This record gives sequence, C-alpha cells and structure tokens, in this order.
Amino acid sequence: MKNDIEENMLETEVYEELQDAPVKSRLRLSWIGKVCLGIVIFWIIIALFGTYLAPYHEAHFIEKDLAGNEFDDPSFMSPSKQVLLGTDYIGRDVLSRIMWGARTTIGISFIATILAYIVGIFLGITAAVAGKWTDALLSRSIDVVLSFPSIMLGLITIAAFGSSIPMLIVLSGLIYAASVFRIARALSLDIIVQDFVEVTRARGEGLWWIITREVLPNIAMPLATDFGIRLIFIILFISSLSFLGLGVQPPISDWGSMVRENLQGLANGFSGGAIATIAPALAIASLTIAINIIIDDISAHDGGSLSGKMV
Amino acid sequence: MKAKPIFQCRDLKIEARPWAQEPIEIVKGISFDVFPGQVVALIGESGSGKTTISLAALGYTKPGLHFSDGEAILLEKDMINLDYEEKRLMRGEHVAYLAQSAAATFNPSLSIGEQVIESALLHGELSKETAEKRAVELYIALELPQPHKISKLYPHQVSGGQLQRLMAAMALVEKPSLLVLDEPTTALDVTTQIEVLKAIKKVIREEKSAAIYVTHDLSVVAQIADHVVVLYDGKIKEQGPVEKIINNPKHSYTKKLMAAVRPTPKANSIEQNILASELSNSALVVKNISAGYGGTNKRNPPKLVLHDISFSLNHGEVVGIIGESGCGKSTLARVISGLLPASSGQILLNEKELHPSVKNRSLSELQLVQFIFQMADTALNPRQTIGEIIGRPLTFYHGVKGKKRDEQVRKIMRLVELPDAFMNRKPAEISGGQKQRVNLARGLAAKPTLLLCDEVTSALDTIVGANVISLLKKLGEETGISFVFISHDLSTVSSFADKIVVLYAGRLVEQGTVQEILSPPFHPYTKLLINSVPELRVGWLEETLKKQGTEAGISGKVEMTDIGCPFYNRCHIKIEGLCNTTSAPFTTSLAGHEIACHHSDMAFLS
Repeated sequence: MKNDIEENMLETEVYEELQDAPVKSRLRLSWIGKVCLGIVIFWIIIALFGTYLAPYHEAHFIEKDLAGNEFDDPSFMSPSKQVLLGTDYIGRDVLSRIMWGARTTIGISFIATILAYIVGIFLGITAAVAGKWTDALLSRSIDVVLSFPSIMLGLITIAAFGSSIPMLIVLSGLIYAASVFRIARALSLDIIVQDFVEVTRARGEGLWWIITREVLPNIAMPLATDFGIRLIFIILFISSLSFLGLGVQPPISDWGSMVRENLQGLANGFSGGAIATIAPALAIASLTIAINIIIDDISAHDGGSLSGKMV
Repeated sequence: MKAKPIFQCRDLKIEARPWAQEPIEIVKGISFDVFPGQVVALIGESGSGKTTISLAALGYTKPGLHFSDGEAILLEKDMINLDYEEKRLMRGEHVAYLAQSAAATFNPSLSIGEQVIESALLHGELSKETAEKRAVELYIALELPQPHKISKLYPHQVSGGQLQRLMAAMALVEKPSLLVLDEPTTALDVTTQIEVLKAIKKVIREEKSAAIYVTHDLSVVAQIADHVVVLYDGKIKEQGPVEKIINNPKHSYTKKLMAAVRPTPKANSIEQNILASELSNSALVVKNISAGYGGTNKRNPPKLVLHDISFSLNHGEVVGIIGESGCGKSTLARVISGLLPASSGQILLNEKELHPSVKNRSLSELQLVQFIFQMADTALNPRQTIGEIIGRPLTFYHGVKGKKRDEQVRKIMRLVELPDAFMNRKPAEISGGQKQRVNLARGLAAKPTLLLCDEVTSALDTIVGANVISLLKKLGEETGISFVFISHDLSTVSSFADKIVVLYAGRLVEQGTVQEILSPPFHPYTKLLINSVPELRVGWLEETLKKQGTEAGISGKVEMTDIGCPFYNRCHIKIEGLCNTTSAPFTTSLAGHEIACHHSDMAFLS
C-alpha cells in the first residue's frame, strides 16, 4: 500500500499547540435588535419628557371640540385631529394619558424590578453558597412568600399600610424578589459545584468574594434574560392592583390600569373606543417585547461558555 | 486486485463561520479510503480536526460548521449531499457512531436492552425478536457477562468498560458497513482500556465491518489500526499502513507524536536520585487517614472511601498516587487540602499538624498547600481574566496589589511559559494546554511548599501532556516545591515521581520508590497496572492478554469490601479461605517498600 507523505515537508516545521477558533466577537445587535433598541429609547424619552410633550394633562377632560362646541358624550370618542388616539371611558385624551403613564409605569416597574433583583440575587446566592441551615432558613421563608398568591399579599399589605407609589415599589419589589431568589439560587447551585469555586474555597476565600466574584458574574447573563419577563410580571401586577383600586390612584394614569378601565370600549369596536384599551396594551407589549429581544441578542453573542444556560 | 473502498473521503473541506466573521477553514482538503474489514485510525492532537472529519462519514457537522468542498462517499453515496431523510436511513444501517463517553450517551432511565436495539426498531430494519437475538449474539461476541440478562439492567448497574462495550453493541446491531469510533478508550483506565480494545478488535474482525478510529494515542493505534492517517491542523501530514508509520515514520510531525508517547515504565530506565532527602525534614506526613462521604456524623461517615492511608514525603520530593478511577486518589487530595475533612488520622505539614477542615486552617497554612484541579476548563472562572486569576492568590495571601502585582503575575506567567499578552485574555480564549498552565500558575502564585496535582495531564492529549510534565519537572527543580501527583497513568507518574503510592479500593496496596514499585516483588495489582500500559508496537495487545494475571485482572470488578483483601476477586494468585477473610498484612522491606499481600514468599510476587 502507498505511504503518502505531505509534500513540501520540512524537518524544521514548528508545531504550535493548536488553538480553538477565536470566540471573541464584539457585541453587534441584529437589525431587529436595533429596531428594539430604538423602541426602548423612544419609551425612555417619553417617560422622561412625556409630561411636557403631551397635548393635555393626564386628568384633563375633553369637553369641547376645536371649534368650542361642547360634546354630548366625550367618552370613547374615535380618533380625530383633536384627540389622535381618541378618548377614554370618561373622556380623557388617550395619547396624553399614555405619555403621562409612561413615567409611572416604566418608573415604578423598573425600580421595583431592580429592587427585586438586588434582594433576590443577594439572598439567592447567599443561600446557595452558604448552604446548610442558612439555605434551609432562607428557602423555607421564601416558600412561605411564594405560597401566597401575590395579589393576596398585595391586598393585605396595602390594607395595612395604605397605597402610595413608594409602597407599590417596595411591595412589588419584595414579592417578586421571591421568584428571583429561586432562579438565582438554582443557577448558583450549578456554579458552586464547579471546580473554580472549589479552588476559591480551598484558598480560604470568604463568602462575599465567592458571591460577588465567582458566582455572580457567571449567572449574570441568564438572570438578565429573566429581567424582561420579571418586568412584565410587575407591570401586570401593578395593573391588577389598580384594577382593585389599590394600585396607582386615579387620576394618575398608568398603562396597566388604562387597559383595564377601558375594557368596555373593546365591545364598541374601533369607532367607539377599542383603541383606548388597545393603545396602552400595545405600549406595554412593545416595551416588554423590545427589552426581551435586546436581551436575547446580547446573550446570543455572549462568548462565555455558560451562555448555553439561558433560562 | 483490491476490493472497492466502503468509504472515500475526497478532498474534504469543512469551514466554521463565526458570527459576522470571515469563515475559518477547519478541515483543509482531506482524502483517504476505508476498505472493507479495515480499521483506519485518524490521529492528531486536539484541534487537529479528527472528530470533525470522522463525523463527515455520517454526513454530519457540529453546529456552526459546514461542508465547503469535497466528497464523503459511503457505499457510492455522497453523504454530504443527501437530504435529511436519506441520511437518516444511512445512519445506523450503514454507518454507526460510537462516542467517547458511554456514560454520557446512555439514557439512565431506560434499560440497556431497549437502547441497544432502539435504532434497529426505529429504522424498521429488524423485528423486535430478531433484534434482541442479534443483541445477545453481540453481547457474547463482546464477552459481556450474563449475555442473556444484561439487557434488563440499567446503565448504572454495569461498569464503565462494560458500558463502552454495550455502546459498541448498540452501534453494531444493524450490521453497519462502517463504524466510527471517537476516542472510545480515552476516558478509561488502562486496565479497562485493554478490556474494551480487546472486545472492539474482536468484534470488528468477526463482523467484517470497517472502522474509522479517532484517537490521539499512538500506542492504542498500534494495537487496533491497519492504516494510519496523521493529522495536524486540518491537513494530512502522513498516511500509510500501521507498521510503516509506527516503525518508520517519515514526517517530522509523526516523529514528534512518537516522541511524546510516554515511555513504558521500566525499572532500569529510571535514574534514582536518592539525594540527601533523608536528611531534610518531611514536607508532608499523612498518618492513618480514613475519610468518607455522607451522613451527618463527621467522625463516622457511613461510606468510607479511604481506609487507613499513611505515607510521607520529604522536601522537594514528588510522590505519585496511582490507582484506577474510584480508588480514592482524588479524595485523598481533597483530604490533604482540607476540602473533605478526614474522619480520623493526622496530616502533618512541615512537621506541624494541620486541622482537618479548610475552614479552621490559618491563612499561612492554606497558602503552603495548593490544589491544582484536574480540569483546567472548569477550574478557571470563565469571567475573570488570566491576570485576575493568577493575581488573586498574590493579593489574598501576600497583600500584593496594583502594579507590583501585575509585575509578579508576569514573572509567574514566564515561569510557566505563557506569553505576557495573555494577562487580559479570558480562559475561553486560550488552548487546553495553556489553561492547564494558568491553573498551575495560580497555585504557584500562592508560593506554596506543597502542590497537590490531581490528574493534571489526563484531560490533555499526549504532546500537550508531555509538555506540562516537563514544566512540572522544571518547576520542582527551580523552586524546591514538593508534589503530590495523582494520576491513573503509571507511565506519567513513573517519569516524574520519586515515590509511588498504589491505591486500590480506598486502601494502600503498595508503596515505595519508583525503582521498588517497578521491579519485583510486585503486588499483583501493581503488576496488572504495569502490564496494562500500552506499548508502541504492533501486537502488544495480544501478548499482554496472554500474560498470566491480565485475564483475571480485567474481567473482575472493583469491590469495596471491608473483609479480606479488596483485590481478591481480580487476583490470579489468591489464596482461597485466607485472602477473602483476612485483611492483607504489610510486608515491609528494609528500605520502606511496603506490599499489602498474604504471600510472604516474595518470589511469588515477581
């Protein structure tokens, strides 16, 4: 049989240790990611400046048309030059309320989600790293919180302490910290059995180092993916509290309560106010979907070996 | 006139296309043939593209890769251009794949029998009865125990070597014309490797199928292959019949591969450096250590994995701990490091007793013992840069910060032969061998007197592993650090260690200097280990199998027993009624060479 040898073989050839293909790639969003980034930036601008840009105050009733004639029934008017998205069930401008509501909705839910994350992540990783009775104590307490329907917990707390925006933020933040705790703990359990954590333990490092330097950076990506979903839950939670009259108090607008309070308009069709409930729903959807797509985009290009662990 | 080839690779090219980057050619024009009944070995180090090429025979590429040019013709069909359904029909029926880790391939919740015949039933090739009959035939051919009953067992109920053979049965059930074996013995112990090699070789011959055998181990190739293809960086460097490649390599890369093959452990080939070590103080003394897992009572764990282990080590010495997987080697390292507190016994470091648990040791005690983990892939935090990883022990133990730290990190990196530029890279951006160097550098940064190396070369291929060993030797000479070197590979240990401790089923069976371990008298288990290290010559496998003791040794299963000698059921010189009832006493020579065996007649143990 033949004995083939590669041509041009050189005795002096040097054989470097072979490298894996380079994985480093600069973060570049796909076109749809860029569109979504645009949407999120748009809503942030509205949240910051919407109150100055809106044609009316959120509590302003549209009583007269542009010519100065009074309406018989200003509720659920269809879009016109005067009210671009029509009016709501008691005759307020839907566009203005969405613009004002952006601040409340995005503000409350972002702050509450961040609070939920700080509390949930810290406790979750602590439970996983410390283990034993610390874990048992934290996990069982969190189980108690989770065993109540969140709306029930909300009702009880608000009944006791009254409703205000800071109250809503703390309440929803803490309730959702329980689910963040579960995710953070589960993700950390995967990490702490890895050799590099064992190395740090053998070195004698303290709990704080292990939590912040070894575990947290490795679960940051999957947790970030979850952020968008948690944000949606909090928006919905606050809306349902509003539905019961315990959330954002009228006349302050927020998107969730706008969807709910204008529900009857859906039955009237597009000429009679369906847009008053569809428009804020679209606002919620566009924001949350855009956030999720951006996070997906980032995690898809994340070179780290743990990127496969996306929730 | 030769028969027509079953499989032809014609100028095959495979590309990777990283996201938004220029495509990178992984396989750069490969051509080779596989004839009926022939075993073709693809050999090369990791990253050479050998697995990628072998998968082309199934018309498959890993995600992110694609065929850019060339053909992979199996039975006159180009696997690359078949559509999914056609490929599906070819796979299993005409070509089968045998993966590296059987333990990861079997579904733990289905019985073995169901999984072995699953593909035959899915393809509608055989009826259930004929498939089962065929499976039993294969079990017999593969010399599996209880061939009629093994189908009903679950994967966790059989040993690793048996599982690997069962996977061969799974691949062979449809009588494929071509078998693709991807490093089927790499993850196994030497003794298990023999068992699997023997079975695979036999079954390939009996079934008259052809095979592509992927490996980085030239000594394994010498046992099983007919034709060898040497690969480097996606290109063929040399190919030819196995005798020609082994006995008369032409290409410089093949020669380099040959040179990296670990020498067969032979007593006379090792220079003994007894030095003045007896004069110096002991670096580490391990006294009557027992340890185990489970339970809440730390003093009395229900499952003991280490029984009464004692050994000692002088400054600057290397002690090799050797044994098959599950013998307790890694547990021993964890006990010394304090990660797993011993249930009884003492550990003395530089003649001072260490607290059993890492939590109660002082910072300086922790600093002096550093643990180097087996898998550099998982032992390095993927989110930290190399500079941070190596620098942390400097800050933690010695309070070195800022520019001074960077400087020292660079010094240590130079010591382990890493370029300075790697400081800002993350572990994912360097190769496996380089990661292992970083892993080592982190241990050295603490400035320890004792390094615990747990299988540091096992996950590396031969060339890279040999480089790491020579680096360790250099470090030992330059820094005077003592090493506890754990490995299942006797040839690696004997090329590096001064003393060897042989463990079996959590017990010490023999210890002594390398010279003493590798020359008679032997403990029968040590002898089995020595005989099982594959040699780089054709025909070694058959010779070894004829040797007394090998047959008994590879067919038995490790049993954790509290009564008698644990090696009893695998021993060819066991004494009925004594070995299975009474623990073996230590026979100690004047020089401190200990053998745990009932045979007091040393001649018998040669």
